[in-house]
Amino acid sequence: MNREQALFEYTLRIADDSLILGHRVSEWCGHGPILEEDIAMTNIALDLVGQATNFLEYAAKVDGKGKTADDLAFLRYDRDYRNALLVEQKNGHFGDTMARQFFFDVFRKLFFEGLTKSTDETLAAIAEKSLKETKYHLKHSSEWVIRLGDGTEESHQKIQESINNLWRFTEELFFSNDVDTMLLESGIAVDLNALYPLWKSQVAHVLAEATLEIPSGTFQQKGGRTGFHSEHLGYLLAEMQYMQRAYPGMEW
Amino acid sequence: MKNLSLEEKEREFQAKIDADQKIEPNDWMPDEYRKTLIRQISQHAHSEIVGMLPEGNWITRAPNLRRKAVLLAKVQDEAGHGLYLYSAAETLGSDREKTIDDLNAGIAKYSSIFNYPTVTWADMGTIGWLVDGAAIMNQVPLCRCSYGPYARAMVRVCKEESFHQRQGFEIVMKLAQGTPEQKALAQESLNRWWWPALMMFGPNDANSKHTAQSMKWKIKRETNDELRQKFVDITVPQAEMIGLTIPDADLKWNEERQSYDFGAINWDEFMNVVQGNGPCNKERIAARREAKENGLWVREAANAFAEKRKARQAS
Repeated sequence: MNREQALFEYTLRIADDSLILGHRVSEWCGHGPILEEDIAMTNIALDLVGQATNFLEYAAKVDGKGKTADDLAFLRYDRDYRNALLVEQKNGHFGDTMARQFFFDVFRKLFFEGLTKSTDETLAAIAEKSLKETKYHLKHSSEWVIRLGDGTEESHQKIQESINNLWRFTEELFFSNDVDTMLLESGIAVDLNALYPLWKSQVAHVLAEATLEIPSGTFQQKGGRTGFHSEHLGYLLAEMQYMQRAYPGMEW
Repeated sequence: MKNLSLEEKEREFQAKIDADQKIEPNDWMPDEYRKTLIRQISQHAHSEIVGMLPEGNWITRAPNLRRKAVLLAKVQDEAGHGLYLYSAAETLGSDREKTIDDLNAGIAKYSSIFNYPTVTWADMGTIGWLVDGAAIMNQVPLCRCSYGPYARAMVRVCKEESFHQRQGFEIVMKLAQGTPEQKALAQESLNRWWWPALMMFGPNDANSKHTAQSMKWKIKRETNDELRQKFVDITVPQAEMIGLTIPDADLKWNEERQSYDFGAINWDEFMNVVQGNGPCNKERIAARREAKENGLWVREAANAFAEKRKARQAS
Protein backbone atom coordinates (compact mmCIF):
# COMPACT_ATOMS: atom_id res chain seq x y z
CA MET A 1 0.00 0.00 0.00
CA ASN A 2 1.40 3.36 -1.01
CA ARG A 3 0.49 6.75 0.40
CA GLU A 4 -2.16 7.45 -2.30
CA GLN A 5 -3.87 4.15 -1.65
CA ALA A 6 -3.92 4.83 2.08
CA LEU A 7 -5.29 8.32 1.52
CA PHE A 8 -7.98 6.96 -0.79
CA GLU A 9 -9.02 4.38 1.78
CA TYR A 10 -8.97 6.95 4.57
CA THR A 11 -11.08 9.46 2.62
CA LEU A 12 -13.59 6.75 1.73
CA ARG A 13 -14.14 5.96 5.41
CA ILE A 14 -15.12 9.55 6.09
CA ALA A 15 -17.20 9.86 2.92
CA ASP A 16 -19.04 6.59 3.41
CA ASP A 17 -19.98 7.37 7.01
CA SER A 18 -21.68 10.54 5.73
CA LEU A 19 -23.19 8.89 2.68
CA ILE A 20 -24.73 5.92 4.44
CA LEU A 21 -25.93 7.84 7.49
CA GLY A 22 -27.31 10.55 5.20
CA HIS A 23 -29.29 7.85 3.40
CA ARG A 24 -30.66 6.47 6.65
CA VAL A 25 -31.64 9.88 8.01
CA SER A 26 -33.30 10.79 4.72
CA GLU A 27 -35.59 7.77 5.11
CA TRP A 28 -37.36 9.75 7.84
CA CYS A 29 -38.45 12.44 5.44
CA GLY A 30 -42.19 12.93 5.82
CA HIS A 31 -42.48 10.44 8.67
CA GLY A 32 -41.02 12.38 11.63
CA PRO A 33 -42.75 12.61 15.01
CA ILE A 34 -43.39 16.33 14.52
CA LEU A 35 -43.10 18.71 11.58
CA GLU A 36 -40.11 20.52 13.07
CA GLU A 37 -38.25 17.20 13.14
CA ASP A 38 -39.06 16.53 9.51
CA ILE A 39 -37.35 19.80 8.75
CA ALA A 40 -34.41 19.17 11.08
CA MET A 41 -33.75 15.62 9.91
CA THR A 42 -34.05 16.50 6.24
CA ASN A 43 -31.54 19.23 6.88
CA ILE A 44 -29.13 16.85 8.60
CA ALA A 45 -29.48 14.36 5.73
CA LEU A 46 -28.75 17.17 3.30
CA ASP A 47 -25.60 18.17 5.22
CA LEU A 48 -24.42 14.57 5.27
CA VAL A 49 -25.00 14.06 1.54
CA GLY A 50 -23.10 17.30 0.94
CA GLN A 51 -20.18 16.09 3.07
CA ALA A 52 -20.22 12.74 1.27
CA THR A 53 -20.06 14.55 -2.07
CA ASN A 54 -17.07 16.66 -1.03
CA PHE A 55 -15.12 13.74 0.38
CA LEU A 56 -15.99 11.45 -2.53
CA GLU A 57 -14.88 14.05 -5.04
CA TYR A 58 -11.55 14.17 -3.27
CA ALA A 59 -11.36 10.38 -3.03
CA ALA A 60 -12.00 10.13 -6.78
CA LYS A 61 -9.21 12.60 -7.42
CA VAL A 62 -6.76 10.78 -5.14
CA ASP A 63 -7.74 7.50 -6.78
CA GLY A 64 -6.77 8.98 -10.16
CA LYS A 65 -8.65 6.41 -12.23
CA GLY A 66 -11.01 8.85 -13.91
CA LYS A 67 -13.96 7.99 -11.66
CA THR A 68 -16.41 10.59 -10.37
CA ALA A 69 -17.90 11.04 -6.92
CA ASP A 70 -21.12 9.55 -8.31
CA ASP A 71 -19.27 6.48 -9.60
CA LEU A 72 -17.92 5.93 -6.11
CA ALA A 73 -21.25 6.55 -4.41
CA PHE A 74 -23.40 4.43 -6.72
CA LEU A 75 -21.25 1.83 -8.43
CA ARG A 76 -19.15 0.11 -5.79
CA TYR A 77 -19.98 -3.32 -4.41
CA ASP A 78 -20.94 -3.62 -0.77
CA ARG A 79 -17.55 -4.96 0.28
CA ASP A 80 -15.94 -1.77 -1.05
CA TYR A 81 -17.84 0.53 1.31
CA ARG A 82 -15.84 1.65 4.32
CA ASN A 83 -18.48 3.09 6.62
CA ALA A 84 -18.69 1.99 10.23
CA LEU A 85 -21.39 -0.55 11.10
CA LEU A 86 -23.11 2.00 13.34
CA VAL A 87 -24.30 4.23 10.50
CA GLU A 88 -25.84 1.45 8.41
CA GLN A 89 -28.04 0.22 11.26
CA LYS A 90 -31.74 0.61 10.58
CA ASN A 91 -33.57 3.70 11.80
CA GLY A 92 -35.78 1.80 14.24
CA HIS A 93 -37.88 4.22 16.27
CA PHE A 94 -37.04 7.87 16.81
CA GLY A 95 -35.02 7.04 19.93
CA ASP A 96 -32.90 4.51 18.02
CA THR A 97 -32.23 7.10 15.34
CA MET A 98 -31.29 9.76 17.87
CA ALA A 99 -29.02 7.42 19.86
CA ARG A 100 -27.21 6.40 16.65
CA GLN A 101 -26.91 10.03 15.62
CA PHE A 102 -25.68 11.10 19.05
CA PHE A 103 -22.90 8.48 19.22
CA PHE A 104 -21.86 9.42 15.72
CA ASP A 105 -22.05 13.19 16.21
CA VAL A 106 -19.86 13.13 19.32
CA PHE A 107 -17.31 11.12 17.36
CA ARG A 108 -17.62 13.26 14.27
CA LYS A 109 -17.16 16.54 16.08
CA LEU A 110 -13.97 15.35 17.74
CA PHE A 111 -12.78 13.81 14.51
CA PHE A 112 -13.38 16.90 12.38
CA GLU A 113 -11.76 19.12 15.00
CA GLY A 114 -8.68 16.94 14.59
CA LEU A 115 -8.94 16.80 10.81
CA THR A 116 -8.99 20.61 10.47
CA LYS A 117 -5.33 20.38 11.55
CA SER A 118 -4.48 17.79 8.92
CA THR A 119 -1.46 18.48 6.72
CA ASP A 120 -3.68 17.51 3.80
CA GLU A 121 -5.19 20.86 2.87
CA THR A 122 -8.24 19.47 1.10
CA LEU A 123 -9.22 17.22 3.98
CA ALA A 124 -8.65 20.08 6.42
CA ALA A 125 -10.83 22.43 4.38
CA ILE A 126 -13.73 19.99 4.03
CA ALA A 127 -13.42 19.19 7.74
CA GLU A 128 -13.66 22.88 8.59
CA LYS A 129 -16.92 23.24 6.68
CA SER A 130 -18.33 19.95 7.94
CA LEU A 131 -17.44 20.75 11.54
CA LYS A 132 -19.84 23.70 11.59
CA GLU A 133 -22.67 21.43 10.48
CA THR A 134 -21.68 18.65 12.86
CA LYS A 135 -21.87 21.00 15.85
CA TYR A 136 -25.53 21.63 15.03
CA HIS A 137 -26.19 17.95 14.54
CA LEU A 138 -24.63 17.18 17.91
CA LYS A 139 -26.63 19.87 19.64
CA HIS A 140 -29.80 18.44 18.10
CA SER A 141 -29.07 14.79 18.91
CA SER A 142 -27.81 15.40 22.45
CA GLU A 143 -30.83 17.54 23.27
CA TRP A 144 -33.09 14.72 22.13
CA VAL A 145 -31.16 12.10 24.11
CA ILE A 146 -31.61 14.29 27.18
CA ARG A 147 -35.29 14.97 26.49
CA LEU A 148 -36.08 11.33 25.90
CA GLY A 149 -33.95 10.13 28.81
CA ASP A 150 -35.40 12.62 31.25
CA GLY A 151 -38.88 12.76 29.67
CA THR A 152 -41.48 10.13 30.51
CA GLU A 153 -40.95 6.67 31.94
CA GLU A 154 -41.72 5.19 28.54
CA SER A 155 -39.26 7.40 26.69
CA HIS A 156 -36.59 6.78 29.32
CA GLN A 157 -36.93 3.06 28.90
CA LYS A 158 -36.98 3.26 25.12
CA ILE A 159 -33.90 5.44 24.73
CA GLN A 160 -32.00 3.38 27.31
CA GLU A 161 -32.70 0.30 25.18
CA SER A 162 -31.52 2.16 22.08
CA ILE A 163 -28.31 3.13 23.87
CA ASN A 164 -27.79 -0.46 25.03
CA ASN A 165 -28.47 -1.93 21.58
CA LEU A 166 -26.24 0.43 19.66
CA TRP A 167 -23.38 0.49 22.15
CA ARG A 168 -21.86 -2.55 20.46
CA PHE A 169 -21.09 -0.51 17.36
CA THR A 170 -19.39 2.43 19.05
CA GLU A 171 -15.79 1.27 19.43
CA GLU A 172 -15.51 0.61 15.73
CA LEU A 173 -15.67 4.35 15.15
CA PHE A 174 -12.14 4.40 16.59
CA PHE A 175 -10.87 1.51 14.48
CA SER A 176 -7.44 2.09 13.05
CA ASN A 177 -4.98 -0.02 11.07
CA ASP A 178 -1.90 0.44 8.89
CA VAL A 179 -3.76 3.07 6.84
CA ASP A 180 -3.86 5.27 9.91
CA THR A 181 -0.29 4.44 10.87
CA MET A 182 0.99 5.51 7.47
CA LEU A 183 -1.02 8.73 7.38
CA LEU A 184 -0.35 9.64 10.99
CA GLU A 185 3.36 9.81 10.21
CA SER A 186 2.78 12.55 7.68
CA GLY A 187 0.29 14.39 9.87
CA ILE A 188 -2.64 13.68 7.57
CA ALA A 189 -4.71 11.42 9.79
CA VAL A 190 -6.33 12.03 13.17
CA ASP A 191 -5.10 9.95 16.10
CA LEU A 192 -8.27 8.01 16.91
CA ASN A 193 -6.77 6.36 19.99
CA ALA A 194 -6.44 9.76 21.57
CA LEU A 195 -10.06 10.62 20.74
CA TYR A 196 -11.66 7.60 22.36
CA PRO A 197 -11.40 8.72 26.01
CA LEU A 198 -12.71 12.16 25.03
CA TRP A 199 -15.64 10.56 23.23
CA LYS A 200 -16.40 8.38 26.21
CA SER A 201 -16.36 11.23 28.68
CA GLN A 202 -18.51 13.49 26.49
CA VAL A 203 -21.01 10.71 25.95
CA ALA A 204 -21.03 9.96 29.68
CA HIS A 205 -21.67 13.61 30.45
CA VAL A 206 -24.78 13.78 28.24
CA LEU A 207 -26.06 10.39 29.36
CA ALA A 208 -25.73 11.48 33.00
CA GLU A 209 -27.79 14.58 32.29
CA ALA A 210 -30.31 12.36 30.52
CA THR A 211 -30.44 10.11 33.62
CA LEU A 212 -29.32 7.22 31.43
CA GLU A 213 -26.79 4.52 32.16
CA ILE A 214 -23.68 3.67 30.21
CA PRO A 215 -23.78 0.03 29.14
CA SER A 216 -20.95 -2.15 30.36
CA GLY A 217 -19.50 -5.46 29.28
CA THR A 218 -20.90 -5.13 25.76
CA PHE A 219 -19.13 -7.17 23.10
CA GLN A 220 -17.97 -4.78 20.38
CA GLN A 221 -18.73 -5.55 16.73
CA LYS A 222 -16.31 -4.58 14.02
CA GLY A 223 -16.09 -5.01 10.27
CA GLY A 224 -17.44 -1.99 8.39
CA ARG A 225 -14.09 -0.25 8.09
CA THR A 226 -12.66 -3.30 6.31
CA GLY A 227 -15.73 -4.01 4.20
CA PHE A 228 -17.43 -6.67 6.33
CA HIS A 229 -20.88 -5.18 6.74
CA SER A 230 -24.13 -6.16 8.40
CA GLU A 231 -26.98 -7.64 6.38
CA HIS A 232 -28.62 -4.21 6.27
CA LEU A 233 -26.13 -2.59 3.91
CA GLY A 234 -27.00 -4.76 0.91
CA TYR A 235 -30.61 -3.62 0.98
CA LEU A 236 -29.63 -0.02 1.50
CA LEU A 237 -27.34 -0.15 -1.53
CA ALA A 238 -29.90 -1.98 -3.65
CA GLU A 239 -32.17 1.00 -3.11
CA MET A 240 -29.53 3.70 -3.37
CA GLN A 241 -27.93 2.25 -6.51
CA TYR A 242 -31.20 1.30 -8.22
CA MET A 243 -31.17 3.97 -10.93
CA GLN A 244 -27.49 3.60 -11.80
CA ARG A 245 -27.83 -0.18 -12.00
CA ALA A 246 -31.13 -0.19 -13.92
CA TYR A 247 -30.05 2.48 -16.41
CA PRO A 248 -26.29 2.04 -16.67
CA GLY A 249 -24.12 4.84 -17.99
CA MET A 250 -26.81 7.49 -18.30
CA GLU A 251 -26.71 11.07 -17.13
CA TRP A 252 -29.42 12.52 -14.95
CA MET B 1 -64.75 52.94 20.32
CA LYS B 2 -68.15 53.35 18.75
CA ASN B 3 -70.60 50.49 18.85
CA LEU B 4 -71.21 49.33 15.31
CA SER B 5 -73.97 47.07 14.15
CA LEU B 6 -73.02 43.88 12.34
CA GLU B 7 -74.04 45.38 9.00
CA GLU B 8 -71.87 48.44 9.60
CA LYS B 9 -68.91 46.28 10.56
CA GLU B 10 -69.36 44.20 7.43
CA ARG B 11 -69.59 47.36 5.33
CA GLU B 12 -66.38 48.75 6.81
CA PHE B 13 -64.68 45.40 6.32
CA GLN B 14 -65.67 45.21 2.66
CA ALA B 15 -64.66 48.86 2.13
CA LYS B 16 -61.20 48.04 3.47
CA ILE B 17 -60.91 45.10 1.10
CA ASP B 18 -62.16 47.13 -1.84
CA ALA B 19 -59.47 49.72 -1.03
CA ASP B 20 -56.88 46.89 -1.17
CA GLN B 21 -55.99 47.21 2.51
CA LYS B 22 -54.81 44.08 4.29
CA ILE B 23 -56.86 42.41 7.00
CA GLU B 24 -54.68 41.57 10.02
CA PRO B 25 -55.27 38.94 12.74
CA ASN B 26 -56.71 41.35 15.31
CA ASP B 27 -59.04 43.12 12.88
CA TRP B 28 -62.73 42.39 12.94
CA MET B 29 -63.75 39.97 10.19
CA PRO B 30 -66.94 38.11 9.29
CA ASP B 31 -67.09 34.55 10.63
CA GLU B 32 -67.41 33.19 7.12
CA TYR B 33 -64.26 35.02 5.99
CA ARG B 34 -62.38 33.51 8.92
CA LYS B 35 -63.77 30.05 8.23
CA THR B 36 -63.03 30.23 4.52
CA LEU B 37 -59.45 31.25 5.20
CA ILE B 38 -58.88 28.61 7.86
CA ARG B 39 -60.21 26.00 5.46
CA GLN B 40 -58.12 27.22 2.56
CA ILE B 41 -54.89 27.80 4.50
CA SER B 42 -55.02 24.49 6.32
CA GLN B 43 -55.81 22.64 3.10
CA HIS B 44 -52.81 24.36 1.62
CA ALA B 45 -50.66 23.37 4.62
CA HIS B 46 -51.87 19.77 4.45
CA SER B 47 -51.03 19.70 0.74
CA GLU B 48 -47.45 20.68 1.51
CA ILE B 49 -47.15 18.00 4.17
CA VAL B 50 -48.81 15.21 2.21
CA GLY B 51 -46.87 16.41 -0.83
CA MET B 52 -43.64 15.45 0.94
CA LEU B 53 -44.58 11.78 0.62
CA PRO B 54 -44.66 11.21 -3.17
CA GLU B 55 -41.34 13.01 -3.54
CA GLY B 56 -39.84 11.59 -0.38
CA ASN B 57 -40.46 8.26 -2.11
CA TRP B 58 -37.50 8.93 -4.43
CA ILE B 59 -34.93 10.55 -2.14
CA THR B 60 -33.27 7.24 -1.32
CA ARG B 61 -33.27 6.29 -5.03
CA ALA B 62 -32.18 9.59 -6.58
CA PRO B 63 -29.83 8.80 -9.48
CA ASN B 64 -26.87 10.91 -8.39
CA LEU B 65 -25.58 12.96 -5.46
CA ARG B 66 -26.61 16.31 -6.88
CA ARG B 67 -30.17 15.21 -7.59
CA LYS B 68 -30.39 13.67 -4.14
CA ALA B 69 -29.30 16.91 -2.47
CA VAL B 70 -31.66 19.05 -4.56
CA LEU B 71 -34.60 16.75 -3.88
CA LEU B 72 -33.86 16.76 -0.14
CA ALA B 73 -33.71 20.56 -0.18
CA LYS B 74 -36.99 20.72 -2.07
CA VAL B 75 -38.84 18.40 0.27
CA GLN B 76 -37.42 20.30 3.22
CA ASP B 77 -38.81 23.52 1.73
CA GLU B 78 -42.21 21.88 1.57
CA ALA B 79 -42.09 21.00 5.26
CA GLY B 80 -41.14 24.64 5.86
CA HIS B 81 -44.10 25.85 3.81
CA GLY B 82 -46.36 23.59 5.84
CA LEU B 83 -45.01 25.18 8.99
CA TYR B 84 -45.57 28.81 7.85
CA LEU B 85 -49.04 27.93 6.65
CA TYR B 86 -50.09 26.19 9.85
CA SER B 87 -48.79 29.27 11.67
CA ALA B 88 -50.78 31.57 9.36
CA ALA B 89 -53.89 29.49 10.10
CA GLU B 90 -53.17 29.76 13.83
CA THR B 91 -53.38 33.57 13.58
CA LEU B 92 -57.06 32.96 12.77
CA GLY B 93 -57.54 30.86 15.87
CA SER B 94 -57.10 27.36 14.44
CA ASP B 95 -55.05 24.78 16.30
CA ARG B 96 -52.29 23.02 14.35
CA GLU B 97 -52.58 19.61 16.01
CA LYS B 98 -56.36 19.70 15.73
CA THR B 99 -56.20 20.48 12.00
CA ILE B 100 -53.65 17.69 11.56
CA ASP B 101 -56.03 15.33 13.35
CA ASP B 102 -58.74 16.35 10.85
CA LEU B 103 -56.36 15.50 8.03
CA ASN B 104 -55.54 12.13 9.56
CA ALA B 105 -59.19 11.39 10.16
CA GLY B 106 -59.86 11.99 6.47
CA ILE B 107 -62.06 15.03 7.21
CA ALA B 108 -59.75 17.77 5.95
CA LYS B 109 -58.85 17.93 2.28
CA TYR B 110 -55.52 18.41 0.55
CA SER B 111 -54.53 18.75 -3.07
CA SER B 112 -55.74 15.65 -4.91
CA ILE B 113 -52.65 15.51 -7.06
CA PHE B 114 -50.70 13.89 -4.23
CA ASN B 115 -52.95 10.86 -4.38
CA TYR B 116 -51.21 9.79 -7.56
CA PRO B 117 -48.18 7.52 -7.24
CA THR B 118 -44.59 8.43 -8.11
CA VAL B 119 -43.48 5.33 -9.95
CA THR B 120 -40.43 6.49 -11.88
CA TRP B 121 -37.63 8.98 -11.39
CA ALA B 122 -39.14 11.04 -14.21
CA ASP B 123 -42.04 11.80 -11.87
CA MET B 124 -39.66 13.90 -9.75
CA GLY B 125 -39.15 16.09 -12.79
CA THR B 126 -42.77 16.15 -13.86
CA ILE B 127 -44.00 17.02 -10.39
CA GLY B 128 -41.64 19.97 -10.19
CA TRP B 129 -42.45 21.11 -13.69
CA LEU B 130 -46.24 20.65 -13.74
CA VAL B 131 -47.40 20.36 -10.14
CA ASP B 132 -45.18 23.11 -8.74
CA GLY B 133 -45.82 25.07 -11.92
CA ALA B 134 -49.59 24.85 -11.35
CA ALA B 135 -49.08 25.64 -7.67
CA ILE B 136 -47.19 28.83 -8.57
CA MET B 137 -49.98 29.81 -10.91
CA ASN B 138 -52.43 29.41 -8.04
CA GLN B 139 -50.19 31.01 -5.44
CA VAL B 140 -48.77 34.10 -7.12
CA PRO B 141 -52.18 35.83 -6.94
CA LEU B 142 -52.36 34.81 -3.27
CA CYS B 143 -49.41 37.11 -2.54
CA ARG B 144 -52.05 39.84 -3.02
CA CYS B 145 -54.64 38.05 -0.91
CA SER B 146 -56.58 40.31 1.46
CA TYR B 147 -55.45 38.44 4.58
CA GLY B 148 -52.03 39.83 5.57
CA PRO B 149 -50.34 36.78 7.16
CA TYR B 150 -51.37 34.50 4.29
CA ALA B 151 -50.27 36.99 1.65
CA ARG B 152 -46.88 37.44 3.33
CA ALA B 153 -46.33 33.69 3.75
CA MET B 154 -47.10 33.29 0.04
CA VAL B 155 -44.38 35.72 -1.01
CA ARG B 156 -41.71 33.45 0.43
CA VAL B 157 -43.44 30.25 -0.63
CA CYS B 158 -43.66 31.46 -4.22
CA LYS B 159 -39.95 32.24 -4.40
CA GLU B 160 -39.13 28.70 -3.35
CA GLU B 161 -41.79 27.15 -5.59
CA SER B 162 -40.29 28.90 -8.55
CA PHE B 163 -36.96 27.19 -7.80
CA HIS B 164 -38.81 23.88 -7.51
CA GLN B 165 -40.48 24.38 -10.84
CA ARG B 166 -37.15 25.13 -12.52
CA GLN B 167 -35.39 22.12 -11.03
CA GLY B 168 -38.29 19.90 -12.11
CA PHE B 169 -38.18 21.21 -15.63
CA GLU B 170 -34.43 20.70 -15.68
CA ILE B 171 -34.85 17.03 -14.71
CA VAL B 172 -37.40 16.50 -17.48
CA MET B 173 -35.28 18.38 -20.01
CA LYS B 174 -32.27 16.23 -19.19
CA LEU B 175 -34.39 13.10 -19.73
CA ALA B 176 -35.89 14.43 -22.95
CA GLN B 177 -32.40 15.04 -24.30
CA GLY B 178 -31.08 11.73 -23.04
CA THR B 179 -31.23 8.17 -24.33
CA PRO B 180 -34.43 6.73 -25.90
CA GLU B 181 -35.18 5.03 -22.55
CA GLN B 182 -34.88 8.35 -20.73
CA LYS B 183 -37.04 10.17 -23.25
CA ALA B 184 -39.67 7.44 -22.90
CA LEU B 185 -39.58 7.88 -19.12
CA ALA B 186 -40.23 11.61 -19.52
CA GLN B 187 -43.08 11.17 -21.99
CA GLU B 188 -44.75 8.41 -20.00
CA SER B 189 -44.60 10.53 -16.87
CA LEU B 190 -46.06 13.56 -18.67
CA ASN B 191 -48.88 11.35 -19.95
CA ARG B 192 -49.81 10.40 -16.39
CA TRP B 193 -49.51 13.83 -14.75
CA TRP B 194 -50.87 16.22 -17.38
CA TRP B 195 -54.57 15.82 -16.68
CA PRO B 196 -54.30 15.61 -12.89
CA ALA B 197 -52.20 18.81 -13.07
CA LEU B 198 -55.01 20.60 -14.95
CA MET B 199 -57.42 19.39 -12.28
CA MET B 200 -55.34 21.16 -9.63
CA PHE B 201 -57.05 24.42 -10.51
CA GLY B 202 -60.34 23.02 -9.29
CA PRO B 203 -63.75 22.70 -10.97
CA ASN B 204 -64.80 24.89 -13.89
CA ASP B 205 -65.94 28.35 -12.76
CA ALA B 206 -69.58 27.48 -13.37
CA ASN B 207 -69.31 24.65 -10.83
CA SER B 208 -67.01 26.24 -8.27
CA LYS B 209 -69.03 26.90 -5.15
CA HIS B 210 -66.52 29.13 -3.34
CA THR B 211 -65.21 31.26 -6.19
CA ALA B 212 -67.66 34.20 -6.23
CA GLN B 213 -67.48 34.97 -2.50
CA SER B 214 -63.72 34.42 -2.36
CA MET B 215 -63.22 36.83 -5.26
CA LYS B 216 -65.33 39.45 -3.52
CA TRP B 217 -63.19 39.07 -0.39
CA LYS B 218 -60.02 39.07 -2.46
CA ILE B 219 -58.98 35.77 -0.96
CA LYS B 220 -58.98 34.64 -4.54
CA ARG B 221 -57.93 37.03 -7.28
CA GLU B 222 -58.40 34.96 -10.42
CA THR B 223 -60.88 32.22 -11.28
CA ASN B 224 -60.04 28.52 -11.70
CA ASP B 225 -60.53 28.60 -15.45
CA GLU B 226 -58.44 31.75 -15.92
CA LEU B 227 -55.56 30.22 -14.01
CA ARG B 228 -55.86 26.88 -15.82
CA GLN B 229 -55.74 28.63 -19.19
CA LYS B 230 -52.64 30.58 -18.17
CA PHE B 231 -50.97 27.35 -17.08
CA VAL B 232 -51.75 25.61 -20.38
CA ASP B 233 -50.51 28.60 -22.37
CA ILE B 234 -47.21 28.66 -20.52
CA THR B 235 -46.63 24.92 -20.35
CA VAL B 236 -47.41 23.79 -23.91
CA PRO B 237 -44.48 25.70 -25.49
CA GLN B 238 -42.18 24.32 -22.76
CA ALA B 239 -43.17 20.77 -23.73
CA GLU B 240 -42.63 21.56 -27.40
CA MET B 241 -39.24 23.06 -26.68
CA ILE B 242 -37.98 19.79 -25.21
CA GLY B 243 -39.76 17.59 -27.75
CA LEU B 244 -42.46 16.07 -25.55
CA THR B 245 -46.09 15.65 -26.56
CA ILE B 246 -48.96 16.88 -24.40
CA PRO B 247 -51.41 13.96 -24.19
CA ASP B 248 -54.41 15.87 -25.52
CA ALA B 249 -55.66 15.29 -29.07
CA ASP B 250 -57.84 18.41 -28.89
CA LEU B 251 -55.05 20.75 -27.97
CA LYS B 252 -54.56 23.48 -30.55
CA TRP B 253 -53.60 27.12 -30.79
CA ASN B 254 -56.56 29.47 -31.12
CA GLU B 255 -55.38 32.44 -33.14
CA GLU B 256 -58.41 34.54 -32.29
CA ARG B 257 -58.11 34.05 -28.51
CA GLN B 258 -54.29 34.02 -28.66
CA SER B 259 -54.52 31.03 -26.38
CA TYR B 260 -54.64 27.25 -26.54
CA ASP B 261 -57.91 25.36 -26.76
CA PHE B 262 -57.71 22.11 -24.87
CA GLY B 263 -59.78 18.97 -24.37
CA ALA B 264 -62.44 18.31 -21.76
CA ILE B 265 -61.25 17.34 -18.29
CA ASN B 266 -62.51 14.08 -16.86
CA TRP B 267 -64.25 15.50 -13.79
CA ASP B 268 -65.51 12.06 -12.77
CA GLU B 269 -61.92 11.05 -12.17
CA PHE B 270 -61.35 14.24 -10.19
CA MET B 271 -64.40 13.69 -7.98
CA ASN B 272 -63.46 10.08 -7.49
CA VAL B 273 -60.00 11.01 -6.21
CA VAL B 274 -61.40 13.81 -4.04
CA GLN B 275 -63.77 11.28 -2.51
CA GLY B 276 -60.86 9.13 -1.44
CA ASN B 277 -60.60 6.64 -4.29
CA GLY B 278 -57.39 7.79 -5.95
CA PRO B 279 -54.56 5.30 -6.30
CA CYS B 280 -52.80 6.49 -3.12
CA ASN B 281 -55.37 8.24 -0.89
CA LYS B 282 -55.30 5.43 1.64
CA GLU B 283 -51.52 5.18 1.64
CA ARG B 284 -50.98 8.92 2.10
CA ILE B 285 -53.35 9.20 5.05
CA ALA B 286 -52.01 5.99 6.57
CA ALA B 287 -48.45 7.36 6.38
CA ARG B 288 -49.44 10.61 8.08
CA ARG B 289 -51.42 8.80 10.74
CA GLU B 290 -48.58 6.40 11.39
CA ALA B 291 -46.11 9.27 11.75
CA LYS B 292 -48.36 10.93 14.30
CA GLU B 293 -49.04 7.74 16.25
CA ASN B 294 -45.42 6.58 16.24
CA GLY B 295 -44.34 10.02 17.35
CA LEU B 296 -46.75 10.26 20.25
CA TRP B 297 -44.30 8.99 22.87
CA VAL B 298 -41.67 11.41 21.54
CA ARG B 299 -43.96 14.43 21.82
CA GLU B 300 -45.08 13.33 25.27
CA ALA B 301 -41.46 13.02 26.35
CA ALA B 302 -40.63 16.48 25.00
CA ASN B 303 -43.59 17.98 26.88
CA ALA B 304 -42.75 16.16 30.10
CA PHE B 305 -39.14 17.29 29.87
CA ALA B 306 -40.15 20.89 29.22
CA GLU B 307 -42.42 20.79 32.29
CA LYS B 308 -39.64 19.37 34.44
CA ARG B 309 -37.21 21.99 33.26
CA LYS B 310 -39.69 24.77 33.96
CA ALA B 311 -40.26 23.40 37.46
CA ARG B 312 -36.50 23.17 38.09
CA GLN B 313 -35.95 26.74 36.92
CA ALA B 314 -38.76 27.96 39.13
CA SER B 315 -37.37 26.32 42.27
